[in-house]
Amino acid sequence: QDNYGLGRAALPEEIAAWDIDVRPDGLGLPAGSGDVWTGEEVYVEKCAACHGDFGEAVGRWPVLAGGQGTLSDEDPVKTIGSYWPYLSTVYDYVNRAMPFGEAQSLEPDEIYAITAYLLYVNDLVEDDFTLSNDNFLDVEMPNADNFYMDDRAETELPLFASADVCMENCKDSVEIIMRAAVLDVTPETDTEAEVVVEEAAAEAEPAVTAEAEPAVVAPDPELVAAGEGAFRQCKSCHQVGEGAKNRTGPQLNGIMGRTIGVVDGFRYSRTFAEAAEAGEVWDVDNMAAFLADPRGAMEGTKMSFRGVRKEEDIAALIAYLQSFAE
Amino acid sequence: QETPDPAIVEKQPWNQFLGPGVDEAPYGMPSKFEAHVRRQNVPWLTADPVSSINFTPLHELDGIITPNGLCFERHHAGVAEVDPSQHRLMINGLVDKPLVFTMEDLMRFPRENHVYFLECAANTGMEWAGSQLNGCQFTHGMIHNVMYTGVPLRLLLEEAGVKTSGKWLLPEGADASGMTRSIPIEKAMDDCLVAFKMNGEALRAEQGYPVRLVVPGWEGNMWVKWLRRIEVGDKPWHHREETSKYTDLLANGQARRFTWEMDAKSVITSPSPQMPIKHGPGRVVVTGVAWSGRGTIPRVDVTTDGGMNWHQARMSGPSLDKSMHRFYYDFEWDGKPLLLQSRAHDSTGYVQPTKEQLRTVRGDNSIYHNNGIQTWAVNEQGVAENVEIS
Repeated sequence: QDNYGLGRAALPEEIAAWDIDVRPDGLGLPAGSGDVWTGEEVYVEKCAACHGDFGEAVGRWPVLAGGQGTLSDEDPVKTIGSYWPYLSTVYDYVNRAMPFGEAQSLEPDEIYAITAYLLYVNDLVEDDFTLSNDNFLDVEMPNADNFYMDDRAETELPLFASADVCMENCKDSVEIIMRAAVLDVTPETDTEAEVVVEEAAAEAEPAVTAEAEPAVVAPDPELVAAGEGAFRQCKSCHQVGEGAKNRTGPQLNGIMGRTIGVVDGFRYSRTFAEAAEAGEVWDVDNMAAFLADPRGAMEGTKMSFRGVRKEEDIAALIAYLQSFAE
Repeated sequence: QETPDPAIVEKQPWNQFLGPGVDEAPYGMPSKFEAHVRRQNVPWLTADPVSSINFTPLHELDGIITPNGLCFERHHAGVAEVDPSQHRLMINGLVDKPLVFTMEDLMRFPRENHVYFLECAANTGMEWAGSQLNGCQFTHGMIHNVMYTGVPLRLLLEEAGVKTSGKWLLPEGADASGMTRSIPIEKAMDDCLVAFKMNGEALRAEQGYPVRLVVPGWEGNMWVKWLRRIEVGDKPWHHREETSKYTDLLANGQARRFTWEMDAKSVITSPSPQMPIKHGPGRVVVTGVAWSGRGTIPRVDVTTDGGMNWHQARMSGPSLDKSMHRFYYDFEWDGKPLLLQSRAHDSTGYVQPTKEQLRTVRGDNSIYHNNGIQTWAVNEQGVAENVEIS
């Protein structure tokens, strides 16, 4: 019944645009297929910068492969292969949220291929495997049977009931057995004095106007606009523009024409530190080479991005970076 | 006091000169002397601040309401900046009539006001294996408590007409992580809200502006922000946030799933590592907060000797269902070292367990839902530290 008569009927096209979820029984899977080798290619381009070439992960990004047999260890490794109970979760999540910073940009065939590759790096299929909507439900996830519904009502609540709460002389003695200070992993708490001083310093700083910047040849605006688009794949690690901060990668303001590897507060790889020491400067040529093949151009770089494939994207990215002064 | 106090006998600038007028701050901010009261991140916890968490400065707060700007943040793809005029809420799936609502439509349903705590399932998760972070902001700050204004979810579902086969909901966010969780229909029909105000004003962007789901007493991850769609289905979806994440891995390698309710918990917020006793022996106000996902907190016990003897704390402020409660224990400190703990009792008769009791049942690898008793060791100087005791 119409209780309030509010809202309007959702059109089938509107539901189709948003209803992308996939369930363990296959409900919601689109038609499509992809094989392990195609998956590797797409994965290395779109996923490996954070998750590593074989799902081993970079930094603290999620590990996707391995860990089988570790779930009852001191340091369990929870991956798709070792922990995830349903393959549909991989498809659904990659489809709705990945690549990080460019969500919902993959085609169904690409997602089937990435999913096939993730099964392969978890030793769950052979390298000639092709995953599709037809055989999706045939894949068995090794840890599927090790999940059960919340049982706290039976296992915990009776243990932690108030009947026998002790109030006096509950123990004979008490010893400290562990201290957080020994670990020393707590961030500094801002004290009143520090914050007030910081703010005062910020207020005292004279405002710098745009006119005070040295004149530079402005890059082609069309190229800059194209570069802004191409920069999307960099955004999950790098910031540029007003207020840009170091993240997984250093902030990139004023990078063109500046000495390599000198952004304050960023911990560079040895190869970047050496370039900085030698006084090497970012120019169009070495930046183009680095963008095309980061690990080839700067061996040992922490940047695990595979490289920009199209030359026009490289030119656009450089123009885009040139448009940001220090 | 031998010599006169300059704070009294000398004129201060604010005694003499004019302050800012009423046009200076159309949206008011805290006093500049309170600038240190702010959310903080623990950088090593996550790969990147856009998929990360910061912490409510519980040690600086009192009462039961968390100010909007201090409510901890957790997002999976940064803060979505949603234009409310372009925001839609769709209900589809096993309903008689799939519907689309604008924000204006939502505002025309009958509204309710409720104060609820929102606690992340991972709150205190870093403390499973032992005491790690020095400060209740970091050990317990993935929680906030605000008054929500919103529409009962039941009314929206009734408007669409849930089919008898509809047993589960999948709320979905409009952000770039497309956050989804499965929620049983009983909870949705019971007390969930589709909320657009917090503490009287519009939701903050980082809390899901213009509209979020409120799932009282249940883990914060289910409170989908930037809510844009609710699908009705006959089975749960088992999406990433309810399989890979937010499941409780036990010592035997098996895992609990759908551990939605937050068990009763409490923490002393002062004295605490970020709030040492600076005044020396004498009167001390011990204070803290307690909450339960199953009801109210009629009682909290406090110990100053590591649990040898306990004292019933004084509860102060409103006692509301699935809300934070404030407690105080006022005592005379003799200057000797203290081992401070608090122990919450909820309205179902559940008593907050020790960390050791929890580990006996769950092992060390659980990550989520750690509601064990917290200990602060206070030394003769009044400095407090996060410790574990026998």
